[in-house]
Amino acid sequence: MSLQLFLTIILNGLTLAALYFIVASGFSLIFGLMRTVNMAHGSLYMVGAYIGYALWEPLYDQDAWYAWYIGVLAGMAAAAAVGVVMQKTLLGWMQGQELRQALVTIGLSIIVADQILAGFGGNPRQFFAPDAIFGSSYVPGVGRYPTFRLFQIGVAVAVGIGLWLLLNRTKVGLMIRAGVDDRAMLSACGVNVPVVNIVVFALGAALAGLGGVIGATAQPLAQGVDGRFLLISLVVVIVGGMGSITGTAIGAILVGLAEQVGQALFPTYSVILTFVIMVVVLALRPQGIMGRAP
Amino acid sequence: MIAWLRTPVGMWSTIVLGALLCLPAILPELMPENQARFWLANIFGRAIIYGIIAMSLTFLATYGGFVSLAQMSLAGVAGYVVAVTVNGAVPSIVGGLSYLTAIPLGVFAAVAAALFVGLVSVRTRDIYLLMITLALAMGFFRFVETNIAWFNGYEGIRNVLGPTVFGLPFRDPHVLYYVSLATAISLYAGVLYLVRSPFGLVLQGIRDNPRRIAALGYNVAHHRIAAFGVAGFIAGCGGVLATIYNIGISPGSVGLSATVNVLIMSVIGGLGHPIGAFIGSLIFAFFDTFAASIYDRNRFNTLIGVVFLIIVLVSPDGVIGFAKRARAFAKEKAAPKDWSRQGSKPG
Amino acid sequence: MSIRLSRRYALKGAGALAVTAAAGASLKSPAIAQNAPIRIGSVATLEGPFATGGQDGYRAMEMLFQAENMTIGGRRIEWIRESSNAQADVALARARKLIEQDNVDIIIGPLSGAEGIAMKDYSATLTGKTIVNGSSGAADTTLRNPSRNFFRFNTDGTQWMAGLGNYVRRTLNVSEVTVVAGDYAFPYAQVFGFSLEFCRAGGRANYLWSPLGTTDFASQIAQIPRSSGALVVVHGGTDGLAFMTQYAQAGGNLPIIGGSIMADQTMLSARGPHRRLMVGMVAAGPMADVIDDPNWTDFVARYRRMPGAFPSPSIHAVNFATNTMAVIRALKEVNGDLSGNQANFQRVLAAQKFKAPTGADVSLDHNRQAISDIFLTRIEERNNQPMTVAFQRATQINQTLGTPEAAFLALGAPSRTNTGCIAAS
Repeated sequence: MSLQLFLTIILNGLTLAALYFIVASGFSLIFGLMRTVNMAHGSLYMVGAYIGYALWEPLYDQDAWYAWYIGVLAGMAAAAAVGVVMQKTLLGWMQGQELRQALVTIGLSIIVADQILAGFGGNPRQFFAPDAIFGSSYVPGVGRYPTFRLFQIGVAVAVGIGLWLLLNRTKVGLMIRAGVDDRAMLSACGVNVPVVNIVVFALGAALAGLGGVIGATAQPLAQGVDGRFLLISLVVVIVGGMGSITGTAIGAILVGLAEQVGQALFPTYSVILTFVIMVVVLALRPQGIMGRAP
Repeated sequence: MIAWLRTPVGMWSTIVLGALLCLPAILPELMPENQARFWLANIFGRAIIYGIIAMSLTFLATYGGFVSLAQMSLAGVAGYVVAVTVNGAVPSIVGGLSYLTAIPLGVFAAVAAALFVGLVSVRTRDIYLLMITLALAMGFFRFVETNIAWFNGYEGIRNVLGPTVFGLPFRDPHVLYYVSLATAISLYAGVLYLVRSPFGLVLQGIRDNPRRIAALGYNVAHHRIAAFGVAGFIAGCGGVLATIYNIGISPGSVGLSATVNVLIMSVIGGLGHPIGAFIGSLIFAFFDTFAASIYDRNRFNTLIGVVFLIIVLVSPDGVIGFAKRARAFAKEKAAPKDWSRQGSKPG
Repeated sequence: MSIRLSRRYALKGAGALAVTAAAGASLKSPAIAQNAPIRIGSVATLEGPFATGGQDGYRAMEMLFQAENMTIGGRRIEWIRESSNAQADVALARARKLIEQDNVDIIIGPLSGAEGIAMKDYSATLTGKTIVNGSSGAADTTLRNPSRNFFRFNTDGTQWMAGLGNYVRRTLNVSEVTVVAGDYAFPYAQVFGFSLEFCRAGGRANYLWSPLGTTDFASQIAQIPRSSGALVVVHGGTDGLAFMTQYAQAGGNLPIIGGSIMADQTMLSARGPHRRLMVGMVAAGPMADVIDDPNWTDFVARYRRMPGAFPSPSIHAVNFATNTMAVIRALKEVNGDLSGNQANFQRVLAAQKFKAPTGADVSLDHNRQAISDIFLTRIEERNNQPMTVAFQRATQINQTLGTPEAAFLALGAPSRTNTGCIAAS
């Protein structure tokens, strides 16, 4: 393998990791505060992508330069709205019943996937990135490389920094971190915990929606992406550690690299590599690389 | 024994067992003969087979207190081992074994795989376990789907016709039904026996309070891994039957929807008792077969999703929990119970 | 249990299972009775990624049945539709339900390869029932261990590539290609069909395989040898769209040669950067959006009048239609008489010779597999819409691409190591 090919594969792994990070960070955030395992996280990805697409398509046909950005905003808003409704009507009142919440979200994900199939049909779709980030750019050591994939890294870094600032520099972040440590105490201090929950759920869902539109620009959008991105979110946070943003980033990078390197070196066994990483991490650190011991 | 028969549970068990044994004789009285054969093999037979797989999940949930989503994959491990090694399968990947050797090998592989799953997830608890087992299940699915050399990829392995039993082909609906029923009854009785044994009592103790059990000197981790092994044995038996029932196995048999279907069966029936698995699987088989006639087939998944959601919301312990409460409610209307708290966690 | 049975009867009473009740009735009085309905079941994929194809297949069937006024030989056609999710187990369960519970005479279906093989195996266990393929295209459904009850009037994945290898080597004068394909049976068959011709004509081919469901092809694209004169893309649906988009984004500019399911409206109607590359793409397959043939013009016009129809029928609509046409023709010829365990009907069905919707002549070989025409197509922009235009027709292609069957079988089943690329000696 030439050095150039090797560097290309590494860069591919990192750009894929960026997408995985955006999606999984929402999952990790929700779990970190509420201990809710949202098995419908992939469905939120799907809702964001499809609703974003529905708004993007007519604008794109009119050659509006802002079509894609509207798609992003619409996708995030739609996913956040669905997330808020889920938390408010179903999950909120069974807080603490983790298994039951997981089952409820599984039920929801079945319904959402089927309703999207009814509404949008089974054909794959894809966003067309705006001119500014389409085409390829020169990367030293690699050569021409798709600009949009580099843009993905930029978004992921922005999301990471944004989350860090939110958690460490704002009052909401303070409440969230306090809630992670001790929910009862937070409530006793007079914080309206249900409202904080809804805010966090909306944020986590919006990240899934953002990931949905970006993911559907890089890869096709079709039935089944919900399961795929749920699985990726699960593996990323199991590896990286629940509720830790740094851990999620590490997990995403490991999974993204494993996928691309595996695919290049031994395609028929590449799937195994991701799970070998997961099993090794679980054997050595059951709480994940950056997770805190229970 | 006689005294047990007089108890309500004993009486009902005897009636249900008798009805199940006589079913092949009853069905032709109720419907034309080819439909009777269909109901025997493809409603009841199928419900029993998938009920066995669901019971392996229910067993862990009821007595171990954890929900594993890897059970369909463990069944798939057994099924794939049989399909890969047995004579006559198409394509023949290893071949050469008779069913007499291939089936125990398949079940053994499922137990080994289950012990591995137990080992991987033993240090985590509750909700982590659900996530890890789902991830492992999907990893297994993607692996068999993409690996051609061992599992023939997306197409899977066909023509697993099953052995002859007392000179009769397995494909005969009666043979299929009775073999499945006998397997299910043995496993069911085995589970009920096991949970009263010292091992079962320790397991339930761990479910309720792992620290106390550890303080008593029991090795919590070993018991939990062993429980997975038992569940793997059950799932393996179910997986072998399911593979023969489906005349083969393909990645779809262990995919996300198959995995979730087993969970749906268990939850609809109720995670509080192993019998729930069979009740849930019978309801599922009925809906799955007749959805096209009673409801828009295209939106079957919405229907099953809504039913599942309602069960989880209204009666988290499934149909059996619902029946129990209905009885309790009829008995003492004066003292209503707090439903929402009941059965928030299985067991 | 008693509860469940009574529920079943309650449903019957409500008329929801009127179909089932009729099954019971027709069983009591054997099917020869002139006015008992002919019961036709069908299985297509209406769930998951292939749902659109399944719906389009049913659209075409409905159109053909309606044209007959749902009656053949004085007997009403009772059509029971079932749906699967492209998985063998599910298709098998639906087929069993149709045959055993609903007591249908004929099944038309399924849509995908693995399902087709499972249903072929099942059909071999039946007596007096006929299964006619829907749209599945795996070679082994009819080539190896064929079942006497299974008929396929559409061509298979290997046949679809007929003529393409020679065209690329001789007309386009390309001496080396890189084949990028999915790592499973259907692409194997297509790659085999292409390579057989291309390598015989003196071409060289490199192969890059990727597992089904791959969404990120970036690393594979980086491995395409620079010496390649063209890229042969044998991916379907979502994988194909992912590959083409990413190839376009990576700045790829090799001429594209497509597998049959690449040149499909699924790909062409999706927006995205791949479209630029796909204009001019040459492919081979059983149909095209534009075929200069009166049969096709007429079929498309009728198809477009159906509710929800696409501007142009999909490959699944054409395949389901071809198979359904055969069934209708044979039923007419026997005047709706399916007696004698369908022996006479099956004989008449196997002898059908007719023009498919595309205008191609169809007949069956001794394995009950179609011999028919294959089109070379090119993607052109017409009225600002990309569409596939047939520009050449290879007539009467059989399942072994003209090679004697024994010699063809001796080449072995197509696989990632058995690509069919054998240089002419």
